[in-house]
Formats: sequence, structure tokens, C-alpha cells
Amino acid sequence: MAAIVAENLSKIYPVAVKEPGLQGTINHFFRRTYRQIKAVQSISFSIEPGEIVGFLGANGAGKTTTLKMLTGLIHPSAGQVRVAGYVPFQRKPAFLQTITLIMGQKQQLIWDLPAMDSLRINAAVYGISDRAFQRQVDELSEMLGLQGKLVQPVRKLSLGERMKAELLAALVHQPQVLFLDEPTLGLDVNAQVSVREFLREYNQRHGATVLLTSHYMADITALCQRVLVIHQGELIYDGSLDGLVDRFAPCRQITVELSRAYAPDTLRTYGDVETVDDRFVKFLVPQEKLTQVVARLLADLDVQDLSVTDPPIEEVIGRVLQAGVVA
Amino acid sequence: MKRLWRVLKTLTSVYYAYMVEYRAELLLWVLSGSLPIIFMGIWMQAAQSGQFSLTPVEFARYFLATFLVRQFTVVWVIWEFEREIVEGKLSFRLLQPLDPIWHHFMSHFAERFARLPFAFVLLGLFFLLYPQAIWVPNIGQLLLAIAVIGLAFILRFLMQYTISMAAFWIERASAIEQFWFLFYLFLSGLIAPLEVFPPVLQRIVMWTPFPYLIHFPASLLVGLPVDLGQGLVVMLGWTGIFWVAYRWLWRWGLRQYSGMGA
Repeated sequence: MAAIVAENLSKIYPVAVKEPGLQGTINHFFRRTYRQIKAVQSISFSIEPGEIVGFLGANGAGKTTTLKMLTGLIHPSAGQVRVAGYVPFQRKPAFLQTITLIMGQKQQLIWDLPAMDSLRINAAVYGISDRAFQRQVDELSEMLGLQGKLVQPVRKLSLGERMKAELLAALVHQPQVLFLDEPTLGLDVNAQVSVREFLREYNQRHGATVLLTSHYMADITALCQRVLVIHQGELIYDGSLDGLVDRFAPCRQITVELSRAYAPDTLRTYGDVETVDDRFVKFLVPQEKLTQVVARLLADLDVQDLSVTDPPIEEVIGRVLQAGVVA
Repeated sequence: MKRLWRVLKTLTSVYYAYMVEYRAELLLWVLSGSLPIIFMGIWMQAAQSGQFSLTPVEFARYFLATFLVRQFTVVWVIWEFEREIVEGKLSFRLLQPLDPIWHHFMSHFAERFARLPFAFVLLGLFFLLYPQAIWVPNIGQLLLAIAVIGLAFILRFLMQYTISMAAFWIERASAIEQFWFLFYLFLSGLIAPLEVFPPVLQRIVMWTPFPYLIHFPASLLVGLPVDLGQGLVVMLGWTGIFWVAYRWLWRWGLRQYSGMGA
């Protein structure tokens, strides 16, 4: 049985529309008009137990709305959804015991108290025995490198430690299905790496199913074999990550710091110029031309610094859309 | 049942720790509830003329009891609930197999213990300044008053929680509460004991929930005559009505919830 099944899942929101200016404000007060926003339109997919799947899309594409429907926070406007065999929006205790949702930009821990206090609440709410709770906290805090941090007030923790403590709180009941919405948002590179490693280890130890959204390409490449891409509420790609990147974004981003500003025409001869900020330039070049372009840049221009990175996930998605998949 | 008991015990201890973090603010919150003390001065002055059914000392005791009852029944859940809806923080509560009302209720319950010492210090200070007002209720009267204060707290909480449900639709549900508060202010006995109201108005008001939030428990505490049977029936009746209304609005409201910002 699949861990997550969505069939023709849709969500339509009414959103109040207000024209700018005083007249618009007065009209808005007396006669409010609404527009129906199709946040998610008839998407279907299935995820097997133990899979880690990346869920990609630009801001506002419908990722979070989909996650909210899968976790039972909001009711779908149409379609069917089953998670671990349950209908999410019925919010049966057995279902809630099976899942978790981690939102990188939100926190559940009580700010002014040590994380351990919030964890104690979770242990009681999920009916975890004292012994199992202690074992679980020991195991998870060791995996996350949080020993000694759980007795400090949450507000005194660094952002990375706080995010890890949030992960611990969300996983203390050993859920089998994890929904992660930007779990590494705002973390430094080291913290991102340790969160990723933790998620991989958790998945391997517990055979948990993971659906992950992230704007950091590295999160997706490190964890996911398979990705779903959503655009304007519609699912436009469901397949392997390699297939997505090879097919639509076989590119790398080169960032250079030059000794002086060059004419845009000169810069364009090296590849797609993404941004120019005086002496700082970002190019997007096809993977197969990377070596050649780097060599040319170093030979022709007075380069003070150069780095090569993956293009931002937004860029990859942008390319997927440009490639005409939507059409 | 055992699990719920453990949950309630844990919520009480954690939220007590949380409230104690705000010890300086707690003193100010206790002081902000001293409106009855101000009204006490006014009414005691007015009672010198002898045209009211209560003597100045009875007015003093009534308003001190009112101050105490208010300390134990003050509720602010609507502002918390509204914020949780608007910021999408209710989502975390909905993800857990525990009705969110328990979090809200137990945080209020735990706060009572945190403010208790401050309230009694203030009361002691007043008795020091005005020893004629000291009274000692008998044990039966005291136990009954404590039970009724507990019921008044539950009723006040459910009343505001029911109004909070409007946040699912209008986001600023506290505006309704502020309007509702007007009735609470005048009809609960907070600014004047109901004994000074015209008899017809008194009889009507006694069928509304408001006097049972302040006047009824305060009167029991100081030994003013009350209709205990009617009082308890009306209190329980309104508690039931608000409970049913809250459950209905909650189920309906969840369908509206969009988890904004989350």
C-alpha cells in the first residue's frame, strides 16, 4: 500500500480583491469582491513507504497548500487523498500519531522555556512512556548533536540549534510519514548539512516516508531520488531528479569578481549573464561548456575571484517552465 | 483517561513555568485588575448617605471579593486564538492528537497559581489599611464560593472561546469581544453590585450569564443573600449552551481554516 496517494487533488481559495487608492478602499469596505484562486489544480501522485521525494515549485506554486491538505490542516476543494491509509482532514488520532509536519519558518517550541518542556508536552500528548521518551530524546539528540542544549531556553539557542530542536520535537513520537516544508531555511551551510544527514539517517533507521520542499538545490540533491514539480497549481513533472536536471537545467552558475566593470556586450560572449552588479557578475553556462568558459574568463578578463555553484532551484524550475513543459 | 490526566498535569506544570517567566508582568496584570478597588472607593463614599441597601463596609467587602473573583476568572484566550489563526500557528496544535482547547485552558489555569501570591499580597495590604473590612467566611461558605469561582472561570473561558471561533471568518474576533465586554462590565457586578439595580432589571439580568461571572461568586464569598439553586442552574445552563455553540463553530470553522502564513 502506498504511503501517500493523491488523486485529482484541488484547492480553490476565495481571495478578497481591493483596488488601490481611496476609492478602492471605500468600495472594498462597502462591496467586497472575491476572486477564486486555484492554488492546487487536480494533481495526482503516489509515494511508496520509505521514499524521500522532493517537492519543487516557485513561491506560490501550491507546494505548501498541498502539504496542508496532506497533513489534514485544510480541506481539499476536490479530489481524494490518503496518507498512511487515512483521510487526513478527518484528523483521527491514529493518523496524527503517524505523521509530522516541519515548517522551517514556523516554530512549535515555547520560546521562553527550555525545549525539554515542550518535548514533555509532546510526550504526554502522544502517549509516550517516560522510558521510551528518554530513549527517543537521547537517540535523536545524539543524532542531531543537541546534547546539553535541551535544558537551555529556546530563545538562547542559535538558529541552527533551534531548527534541530524543532526537528526533535516533531519526531519524538516516531512518525512514519514526514512532511518537511523548507527545513533548512536560513541555516548556515554546516547546519544544513547536519540536518540533511539527520533526515537521511532517520529515513534509513525508521523506514519513514519523506516529502520535502526546499529552495536549496543541495537539500534535494542530497536526499531525493525522485522529485515532483508543481507550477501554478499543476503537477508538471514527476520523475527522477537526474532526469529533471539533465533534461531542463544542465547548467552551472559561475560567479566572478572582476578588477573592473566590463561592457555588457563583452560579458555576454561568455554565457547567459544572470546579474551584473558593477564588478560582480553571475553567468549561467551549460555543463559541457563549463571548463571552456572558466578558462576563457581567466585568460581574457582580470578575475579576482571565481566560484562555480549549482544554479538556484528557482533557476532550474524557471528553465523547466521555459522548456515548454507547461505548454 | 489516564493519558488525559498525564497531559493535563504536564500542561499545568509547563505553563506554570512559562507564566513564572513573566513575574514582573504578572504583578502589573494583577494591578490592572484593580478596577473594583477604585469603584469601591466611589461606592463607599456614596453609601455614607445611607440610601443604598449595602453599608460602606459591605461595599468594601463586596468589591474586595469582586477583585479576588476577577483575578481567578480573567480570560484573554481570544487574543491568543486570534493570533494563532492569523499567523497560522494553530496548525501545530491541529497536528497533535489533542484538542487545542486544552492548551488554551490549561495555560489560563496554570496562570491562576502564578498570580495567586500577588493577589493575596494586595488583599493583605488593603486589610492593613482598612481593618474594618476584614471578614472571615465560614468553611462551608468558602468551599462553595471556591467551587462557584471555578465554575465562573469555566463559563467565562467558554464564553470567550466561543467568540474566538469567529476568528475563522473575520480574523479580528477580538472586536466582538470588546463589544461583548460592555455587557460584561455593566451586568456582571464589576462596577456596581446588582443590589443597586432596579428590581425588574435585577430579575432579568439574573437569567443572563453575566452576574454569575462576578456578582454571584463574590456575593457567596462575602455572605450576601443569593438564590443558590437558580444561580447554579443558570450557570450550568449557560456553560452547556456555550459548550455546544463552541463545538459547532469549531467544526464549521476548521473547514474555513487556511493555515495562513504556515
